[in-house]
Amino acid sequence: MPDKPKLAFYWCASCGGCEESVVDLAEDILFVVDNVDIIFWPVAMDFKKSDVEKYADGEIVASLINGAIRTSEQQEMVQLLRRKSKVVIAHGACAQYGGIPGLANEFQKEEILKWVYEESPSIINEEKVRPQLKYKVNGSEVFLPELWNVVRPLDKVIDVDYYIPGCPPSPKLLKEAVLVLLSGNLPPKGTVLAPDIALCDECPRKDTKPTDLAFTEFLRPNLHIIDPEKCILSQGFVCMGPATRSGCGALCVNGNMPCTGCYGPTSRVKDQGAKILSSIASNVSAKTEKEIDAVLNGIPDPVGTFYRYSLAGSILRKKVNI
Amino acid sequence: MSSTNGKIKIGFYICHCGTNIAGIIDVQKVVDYAATLPNVVVSKHYKYMCSDPGQEMIQKDIKDNELNRVVVAACSPLLHERTFRNATSQAGLNQFYFQMVNTREQNAWVHLDPEASTDKAMDLVRSAVNRVAFHKPLEKKTVPIKPDVLVVGGGIAGIHASLTLANAGKKVYLVERDPTIGGHMAMFDKTFPTLDCAACILTPKMSAVKNHPNITMWTYSEVVSVDGYVGNFQVKVKRKPRYIIDDLCVGCLDCIEACVYKEPRFFDEFNQGLSKRKPVYMPFPQATPQLVVIDPETCIWFKTGKCKQTCVEVCDRKAVDLNQQPTYKEIEVGTIIVATGFQPFDAKKVYYYGYGTYPNVYTALEVERLINASGPTSGEVVMRDGSRPKSIAIVHCVGSRDKNTNLWCSRVCCLYSLKLAHLLKEHTHANIYNFYIDIRTPGKMMDEFYTRISEEGVKFIRGRVADIYPDTNDEEHRRLIVKAEDTLISEIIKVPVDMVVLSTGLVPRDDAQDVRRMLNISCSTEGFFIERHPKLAPVNTFTDGIFLAGCCQGPKDIPDTVAQAGAAAAEALALIDLGYIELEPNTAFIVEEECSGCKSCVPLCPYTAISYDEVKKKASINEALCKGCGTCVASCPSGSIKQNLFEDEEIYSEIDGILNYKMEEALC
Amino acid sequence: MLKIEIEEAASKQWQPKIVAFFCNWCTYTAADLAGVSRIKHAPNIRVIRVMCSGRVDPQFILDSFAKGADGVLIGGCHPGDCHYQEGNYKFLRRFQMLRRVVDSLGIEKDRLRLEWISASEGDKVRIVVNDMVAKIKALGPLGLPVKYKEWANEMNVLESEIAGKEEVYA
Repeated sequence: MPDKPKLAFYWCASCGGCEESVVDLAEDILFVVDNVDIIFWPVAMDFKKSDVEKYADGEIVASLINGAIRTSEQQEMVQLLRRKSKVVIAHGACAQYGGIPGLANEFQKEEILKWVYEESPSIINEEKVRPQLKYKVNGSEVFLPELWNVVRPLDKVIDVDYYIPGCPPSPKLLKEAVLVLLSGNLPPKGTVLAPDIALCDECPRKDTKPTDLAFTEFLRPNLHIIDPEKCILSQGFVCMGPATRSGCGALCVNGNMPCTGCYGPTSRVKDQGAKILSSIASNVSAKTEKEIDAVLNGIPDPVGTFYRYSLAGSILRKKVNI
Repeated sequence: MSSTNGKIKIGFYICHCGTNIAGIIDVQKVVDYAATLPNVVVSKHYKYMCSDPGQEMIQKDIKDNELNRVVVAACSPLLHERTFRNATSQAGLNQFYFQMVNTREQNAWVHLDPEASTDKAMDLVRSAVNRVAFHKPLEKKTVPIKPDVLVVGGGIAGIHASLTLANAGKKVYLVERDPTIGGHMAMFDKTFPTLDCAACILTPKMSAVKNHPNITMWTYSEVVSVDGYVGNFQVKVKRKPRYIIDDLCVGCLDCIEACVYKEPRFFDEFNQGLSKRKPVYMPFPQATPQLVVIDPETCIWFKTGKCKQTCVEVCDRKAVDLNQQPTYKEIEVGTIIVATGFQPFDAKKVYYYGYGTYPNVYTALEVERLINASGPTSGEVVMRDGSRPKSIAIVHCVGSRDKNTNLWCSRVCCLYSLKLAHLLKEHTHANIYNFYIDIRTPGKMMDEFYTRISEEGVKFIRGRVADIYPDTNDEEHRRLIVKAEDTLISEIIKVPVDMVVLSTGLVPRDDAQDVRRMLNISCSTEGFFIERHPKLAPVNTFTDGIFLAGCCQGPKDIPDTVAQAGAAAAEALALIDLGYIELEPNTAFIVEEECSGCKSCVPLCPYTAISYDEVKKKASINEALCKGCGTCVASCPSGSIKQNLFEDEEIYSEIDGILNYKMEEALC
Repeated sequence: MLKIEIEEAASKQWQPKIVAFFCNWCTYTAADLAGVSRIKHAPNIRVIRVMCSGRVDPQFILDSFAKGADGVLIGGCHPGDCHYQEGNYKFLRRFQMLRRVVDSLGIEKDRLRLEWISASEGDKVRIVVNDMVAKIKALGPLGLPVKYKEWANEMNVLESEIAGKEEVYA
């Protein structure tokens, strides 16, 4: 029996949700396992770096890498996987745009460490001990990966061939991606393996959205009840659907929550946050600066709202003065 | 194009514009630099790119070098973009394969440092070279022009424009706010420099308007809204209630006689308050139309609801209708001529001249009425206190050329002051003193007129009047002292006079801003409507199909006003007779397969050009309604709307060019 | 050289670059008028003409910053005067929102400016441009492309380390 195509999974700065999406293939995973050889998947099976190093360059058919790149270890591993793989797929929102971990780009590394190891209410650390990058024990030196200053999407570190969007990607998209890989009939490099149309296209509440939208206030889902029938944006809750790729089947809206934009923008858009901001703000009804500001105050954290998944991959990438 | 094998070949040209551009920008350096830019195969400079040889050079290069894009760095695209697009298209290229760099107005003319100017030019050339590669072949769209014309304002400008158009067989709607047409000219006694009687020239034109089969004259009416665009404006006109039924009134004036007010007692607008009128009145004897009007502000019936209504009773034609309501007319026109005129400067604003305080201080317009044979005093110069002046001061530049009021020269005041000096001399034989800053008498026969008046014994004192106050030596406290520095002898002089005439300047009408907004045209800083270009398009506005005539555009005399009105009419006729206008193809369109149907764009369009298709579940743009602002494009959250001539890629490429951004930098 | 001379020399070397988006009908025309009136002003702006400030996509502004603009200026018609009725209001709303984002992401307020300049206000072009240039000169360069390069350097350290290790292994 000829060798089955080799597939690698790896995770970087991520929550593990993308790995779950693999498991969420349910019985389809049997099909995957039948057709490919998973040669590296640290979250699920015991592999070492050296297992990857032993392959010839390009021997692995595809690596699906999820998570943003934040540490020297992640950088090292993805550079290694890049060398060994024919195709690298950014798997999920964090690998594609930095995802939730990318929001750390609003802060300095020091601010984050200080908070995590000293100031966070759940921390007891009177000596203010921090992890050491190098530590000598019994005459030998042990290393910890270094935290970089910037959270990066995968394609700012290595060349990426395809993207599977989502936080996490839907099993359907993942399955389609694997099928495409196995078919050998590969789409053009850089393709995002999801429909290139915004979420409203498949939103069950599309018909309830009015054509005369004019915002007089913005509401937050933690403070107000969302009408389960009507277009969520038209109720004044920021829904990123109009600026976000479809492909998830409007999962959040079906759970009566607004879309937060995890599938990223369409191919025509460089900066998802700027585009939804442009659309939503243009439809505010107020006309004077003061009145406009009063309405916009309903969105107290615009970066966290409009760039929830895409900050690290956005045009500005991070807070620029730190 | 096939011969170029899809390769982009750009010809770049920079214009010296004599020394306008080349005097500060190193054109050779720009040319050498442009030659190094991607896709540039020809890079040249020339003394005058807009000249025939300049344009021919481009055309020859297009043919010889198989150019398929052209970039010209010269003046503003607002000036010559059309010229170079034409040159491009005459050589067989699509005219939109052209991009212009503003190297004169926004560069050479505003900067002093040659190096910085040259750098800026190179940045913008790079930007244009980048951009033009993305240009697509487009066709101009045309819209038909409705042949009917709206003329706003029934002064001499509006009258002349209306008659010109009507005589050419076009249907004209002339809308005048006042009860009669005629405007300011109807108030004048004589006109300079010929001293012919204003009414004698104007009245026949007024009645020609009234009787012209092609003119619909709506007096006592106001334009309340204008929608649409060139070729197809929808205009709503409010016809204020005159309380007189137009068709029934024959102008017999019996109602005025019958009014319960036996004596006239209200401010007579036409005579500047120098006489009184009744609540029901005829503005002046030659008013056109010859219809009386009832002023609800002064009529006791409207004020108290109690009156014997003798006016109603006396009219055997039942023409008086005190229950009349405003009516609204909706018309569709293809072009609009704005001739809303001016208002005189409010002389009270220069408080130290005492207008409104000293009865014998008059404005020029009041004096026009005072010396008019049909005026309040039948042409006798009898002052408010009943006396006749033996000495008169005419104060020039009141509300003109004064940093405390208005900076501009009102152009007509010197000449009308000379005219009034002559007429007052003729009527009163008084000593007349003209206090002037400069005497400005350009124009045909104007300086001759000045010479003539100065030879009539009118005195001229060069000095701005500093103060006017009562002469304490005059027991009756009537005489006024005019204090000024005679700058020719450098001495403060005090001249006692019986009468002062203030030559007030011309200012924009109070509601000019409202009119401007309604018509979507612009004002210059001082508030007069701004023309598209002072020399190339002096009666056009920035809004296609709307033209300017007369003093609403700036102070001018009657001959210039009439000439301008004729020009405005000719511009309207040019559009009407061609039958269509070409518009920039900068409309937006939605790429159907990309549109998610989120409907966010639909409410953004002020022209309702975007609609949502309930069957396809997508939005689409009606190209005929789209005006090409691009607001929906910038707002489309999924980037599915594009604007011709202003596609995202085109603008990004300009940004890249300006900042000399290289794609490899993106890899960091 | 005196310190002040050095500073002056340094400031002469660096000139801020401002990307401007001017609407065709008001501000672009005003900038032309400034030219016709020979109203001199700082040579630091590079104008991109759009039909209406409503066309200005916040992406263009961010992109300009990211590609090296030290400032971005948007010029439109005064409120109520938009050639397209309300495009300027729509931009104003976006601008008010974008300003919060740009501020949160550490770009100084003075680097992003919206001005209403009518076709007749040639002198206002001078005032606004000179003022903006002066303020940005005081702030110094934004220099995002340089920053991005510097940030990327942290990854080069590792690459050279790996290279070093691999040499040792070899």
